[in-house]
Amino acid sequence: MEHIRTTKVEQVKLLDRFSTNNKSLTGTLYLTATHLLFIDSGQKETWILHHHIAAVEKLALTTSGCPLVIQCKNFRIVHFIVPRERDCHDIYNSLLQLSRPVRYDELYAFSYNPKQKESEQVKGWQLIDLAEEYKRMGVPNTNWQLSDANRDYKICETYPRELYVPRIASKPIIVGSSKFRSKGRFPVLSYYHRDKEAAICRCSQPLSGFSARCLEDEHMLQAISKANPANRYMYVMDTRPKLNAMANRAAGKGYENEDNYSNIRFQFVGIENIHVMRSSLQKLLEVSGIRGLSVNDFLSGLENSGWLRHIKAVLDAAVVLAKAIVVENASVLVHCSDGWDRTSQVCSLGALLLDSYYRTIKGFMVLIEKDWISFGHKFSDRCCQLDGDLKEISPVFTQFLECVWNLTEQFPQAFEYNEAFLLQIHEHVHSCQFGNFLGNCQKEREELRLREKTYSLWPFLLDEQKKYLNPLYNPDLSQKHTLLEPNTVSLNFKFWRNMYHQFDRTMHPRQSVFNLIMDMSEQNKQLEKDMKELEAKIKVRNKQQNAVLTKEPLQSVHPTLKTQCFKKEQPLLPANDAIRTIEGSNTADNRYSEYMEEFSKAEPAVVSLEYGVARMTC
Amino acid sequence: MEFSELIKTAKPGGDGEQGTVELWLLIRNVDAVEKRFASSSGTITLKCKDLRVLQLEIPGMEECLNIASSIEALSSVESVMMMYPFFYRPHSMKLEQGWHLYLPHHYYQQTSAWRLSSVNRDFATCSTYPSAIIVPAIVDDEALRKIARFRQGGRFPVLSYYHKKNQTVMLRSGQPLMGPNKKRCQEDELLLKAALCGRARGFVIDTRSAQAAKQARMTGGGSEPKAAYLGWKRLHRPLESRGRPLQESFMKLVEACNDPSLGMDRWLSKLESSKWLSHVKAALSTACLAAQCMEREEACVLVHGAEGTDTTLLVTALAQVILDPDCRTLVGFQHLLEREWIQAGHPFHLRCAHSAYSHARLKQEAPVFLLFLDCVGQLGRQFPFSLEFSERLLLALFENSYASAYGTFLCNSEKERSLCKVKETTHSLWSWLNQPNQQKEYLNPLYSYNALVIWPSVEPQSLQLWQGLFLQWIRSSQYLDEAWAEIQRLVEGSKTPRTNGAAHSQRLLPH
Repeated sequence: MEHIRTTKVEQVKLLDRFSTNNKSLTGTLYLTATHLLFIDSGQKETWILHHHIAAVEKLALTTSGCPLVIQCKNFRIVHFIVPRERDCHDIYNSLLQLSRPVRYDELYAFSYNPKQKESEQVKGWQLIDLAEEYKRMGVPNTNWQLSDANRDYKICETYPRELYVPRIASKPIIVGSSKFRSKGRFPVLSYYHRDKEAAICRCSQPLSGFSARCLEDEHMLQAISKANPANRYMYVMDTRPKLNAMANRAAGKGYENEDNYSNIRFQFVGIENIHVMRSSLQKLLEVSGIRGLSVNDFLSGLENSGWLRHIKAVLDAAVVLAKAIVVENASVLVHCSDGWDRTSQVCSLGALLLDSYYRTIKGFMVLIEKDWISFGHKFSDRCCQLDGDLKEISPVFTQFLECVWNLTEQFPQAFEYNEAFLLQIHEHVHSCQFGNFLGNCQKEREELRLREKTYSLWPFLLDEQKKYLNPLYNPDLSQKHTLLEPNTVSLNFKFWRNMYHQFDRTMHPRQSVFNLIMDMSEQNKQLEKDMKELEAKIKVRNKQQNAVLTKEPLQSVHPTLKTQCFKKEQPLLPANDAIRTIEGSNTADNRYSEYMEEFSKAEPAVVSLEYGVARMTC
Repeated sequence: MEFSELIKTAKPGGDGEQGTVELWLLIRNVDAVEKRFASSSGTITLKCKDLRVLQLEIPGMEECLNIASSIEALSSVESVMMMYPFFYRPHSMKLEQGWHLYLPHHYYQQTSAWRLSSVNRDFATCSTYPSAIIVPAIVDDEALRKIARFRQGGRFPVLSYYHKKNQTVMLRSGQPLMGPNKKRCQEDELLLKAALCGRARGFVIDTRSAQAAKQARMTGGGSEPKAAYLGWKRLHRPLESRGRPLQESFMKLVEACNDPSLGMDRWLSKLESSKWLSHVKAALSTACLAAQCMEREEACVLVHGAEGTDTTLLVTALAQVILDPDCRTLVGFQHLLEREWIQAGHPFHLRCAHSAYSHARLKQEAPVFLLFLDCVGQLGRQFPFSLEFSERLLLALFENSYASAYGTFLCNSEKERSLCKVKETTHSLWSWLNQPNQQKEYLNPLYSYNALVIWPSVEPQSLQLWQGLFLQWIRSSQYLDEAWAEIQRLVEGSKTPRTNGAAHSQRLLPH
């Protein structure tokens, strides 16, 4: 609280980001310990979590006041005009401090209290059990076993305690191999394909330099290929561009020499590094934020940003991986430099293509817990949870979600979850409201005692899973073609408007098919229920009629009838918009109600002549 | 002329086997024929107007050559009377059906301010207008003839749309023939004054830039000067209309879509340089402007470019889809097309002579109508419950406008249609579309009547490439089709329990 000097400013204007005629709302701005809150004259609330703030900017003073622009990590951009410069300055300084916490215990997750019993909190953390998940995949088995080598994080600090390795890989081999790999991240199992008996393994780059070898590492790879009875050779996929990998050799790192390892097929897949991705997103946002953007500027900006090229590269790599397993029965070892960014992307997407379980709500949570959280994707650094090195920030996880979204667009019936689910996860990766994504690796999370001090996101999402269900999901279908084979020709990739313009309502379709179908299946269920009740009542009544004709049962029937009639006449318009009710899962906090209200008012056709529509110049 | 003269080899490669796949292709649909030979056989690549590409391998050099030249000759038959619709006689349909779907006097409701004029009964006043048109009541036929001489192509201002909600009107015309001497026409000024119906303001939306409109004076054209037309204000919204730029945009886009080897950067840069989506944006913005003038500013609107047969119609028709819920029904949309495209004299025969593949020298081809369909598709995507028809109808209209078994899109004007006896000797597309089993194909299961104006977003982020058309033959849409079928199933499913529920309630009610 010591950062907050001014808690309330009145007569603040909130400008519409894309409105060409400077439309604005006037209201009051409040600063709380966790949120920035704006309440306009219509009592509409806009909540912005401090952790979501990526940048605050104070622009030059104008006649109407002092402009304050806030960019959020969920791609919301708000533009306030504060009447007095001093207030603006105070808020600006407060936000600068509040949006850049220095210690983990300053994060929202440590103060967030959903008023749950301790037992529920514990149960919540137990919802996703990775040991259970490996069992589901079919390990341990005759070829793969659980290794206790890293039980005390002695071999690799950024790996989880429990790791699965080939049964024939002895501890000396593991230790030796880990010494030959960057950050000690030796090859371990990421996904086991039960039918093909092939595995996706992951690691970091070898410390091979120009000529160094490591017998244990060579044995380790051999052990992986031997653990696959169906195929003698295995693939080693270096997800970096060849040039980057070669440059690493000068620093004593590098890539596997095919001559030193028996039966490996080595290949590069050319995904760029975190710095390239960061600046790519930066360029994308610069373009998409321009007011009155022309089609040509948008498309050339999209091209220059390279963003879709990177998305395609990641998905292409996942397709190569999945095909190697299904078509060739070959195991694949994936790595990049440290094996926690590109490797996480490719391994998790590959598994998603291979296994329909990951296309369910629960399965997707498991996938994120396994390939991202447990294997040490540096969420804290990449999402800038604490004030730190700006060069560590990178939208690697966002890209993963975008690849998944592209798949849901190509296979509308293969996923149990919808776009809102992906957006909500993205929201919470940055919100620091739940413990799951805090820290950079498991060891760090244990030291922070997150399981006692914070809550897990997943049970909250499961509680409201109705919002995240894809009404078109067909589980039978996903069993039939288990392998998803996306078409990755360039023209299939689209700009993800609902991610990058989630809060720019005027850009979205004014009517949502998803919501309609959701509502419809909801109504259907309700009607079927009503029908059953009515049938039961008919039965009861018939019996009663046979006995005595009284008025009473009739009255008891009436209320149901009324609701029935009402339902029938309901227009097929969505009552709310799930796609855009993406917010902190604490439903009390949040814009959920805001959107509900707005949409129920304006849904049939948002008539506001907003931006977009050519402005009259007369 | 007998067609058989053009067919030298009717059936190559011996007898067909039983159970083979049949593929029927209307030869008119062929846009370009490419031949390639290898020793004794040849490959013919047929590039169709509906953007499909077919490859036929034909054994025997001579047969191959014969077939290629036959297809080339048959697909480029120039005479309208030789076209397929004049010979197409399906059993289930009657010739006269569907031709009188839209009649001007249906649209015209007797009000004192407007009248139905038959000044163009014999197409003498304006060769591209239909025989009956709606004009301000105060202007008599004699004045109309004078005005026709003052407007390009004789296209004097006529009523295009009457906005019931606030009684504003939209008119369309050809450009005024002012010429370098700034000629004026009293009757024309009177007509536009009368069109205002006492309102203070009207807007002339000129689909050319101010510069181009000024330049047009050198060749006899021009745009309404403010001083001569009191209350009318000119707005210039340049739209690429006829001729090369639009046709080339279409060709470039199709070329880009047909190259799956393009990397992401090349694809985006080709998509950009085709400029197709820019044209979509411009058309939608201008239509929104016209709609805004009427709905928001409560002003009357006159739309014209130069001839008034292309971008003018694009704008007036689109504005009506945005404003008027009646135009968003399956039948209402057909009325709109009849009224604002076919009878309004959009030269379909010239504009749709060739599609995106043709190597022929471009003459007057321009995909203005396709651009309109694309824009309607964009509206449909932004308001998925507000159009009664689905994307399939738009696709069918696109295909039929370029090559059809029906006479609806033949010729350039009502005058030509009457000379060719199109209505007497060909079937109407509408009569085919409106058969109950066909209609079902084209309905949007999610439709529910929406009385409001549908204002689209025209942000580049909101506009999408029309995948259903441009990628139709390029990638499999199996999963998308299945999802669509599932939506249909769900919607129908949701209707059944409702009725069941109702039946139950009825059984309870009588007591």
